[in-house]
Amino acid sequence: MPLDPSFAGRSWPPTEPYLVGREKIREFALAIGAHDAEYHDPAAARALGYPDVVAPPTFPTVVTMAASRQIIADPGLGMDYSRVVHGDQKFRYTRPVVAGDALVCANTVEDITQRGGHDFITTRTDVTTEAGEPVVTAWSKLVQRGEEGGSSERSEGGVRMPTEGSA
Amino acid sequence: MTDALEPQTFRVTRADLVRYAGASGDFNVIHWSDRLASKVGLPGVIAHGMYTMALVGRAVTTWAGAADAVVEFSVRFSRPVPVPDTDEGTDIEVSGVVKEVTDDGLTRLGITATCQGEKVLSLATATIRKR
Repeated sequence: MPLDPSFAGRSWPPTEPYLVGREKIREFALAIGAHDAEYHDPAAARALGYPDVVAPPTFPTVVTMAASRQIIADPGLGMDYSRVVHGDQKFRYTRPVVAGDALVCANTVEDITQRGGHDFITTRTDVTTEAGEPVVTAWSKLVQRGEEGGSSERSEGGVRMPTEGSA
Repeated sequence: MTDALEPQTFRVTRADLVRYAGASGDFNVIHWSDRLASKVGLPGVIAHGMYTMALVGRAVTTWAGAADAVVEFSVRFSRPVPVPDTDEGTDIEVSGVVKEVTDDGLTRLGITATCQGEKVLSLATATIRKR
């Protein structure tokens, strides 16, 4: 089922604040093998000028992915998440995320297209503090791959991935 | 900062994907079930694209010298990173070259990430401001 193109251009009201915990930053940093002290030790982070432990650059995905459920889990959109791979990702940072932040996400669907039997959706999430100060903006393009047997993209005995979107 | 991000290798195993799934909240089945990944036409379990991006982010922030040095960071996931269920898993090699230093002091780094000799990212760029 193709994605509903009427979602393109739609925006959602800001999400409830996501409270960034020190332990969540530590857990994320550990999971990606980032062992530098500023991700783990508040004193070390403060010595470098951060108010508390600082998050690695891709940490905002934790916050924006949770927020984007309001789009992708909407039955009206028609997304089958098991067929979704990640196409593109971009972050533009005003400042890094730090422990203690209460972050609010405002989602917009910038684009929905269909090509070669695959559906593409680009979302933008503006992440701010509760007071509205910008922190980071994330763009994410997801690819819903064509259904089994329903696409000429599939090559015999194997898979031909879409030209973009493979993670 | 030097004028190139020297090649470095990151090993990725199934255990890393499980840990990343938990830490990130991305529990998409294609990152932990061969059965379900195959069902949607993938070669088997593949790494989270955001895990690959996170490893690149590590390389970039270390090279730049600060966690908050990166002002913009973008990638296209051009190929999947299959992660076999073995002790060795697979390797991702990351390198980069400075493409541009702007008048206002921003450095644009072009990044290459490969797995089994194939590029897994395209258009991968980090823009860095020195502290």
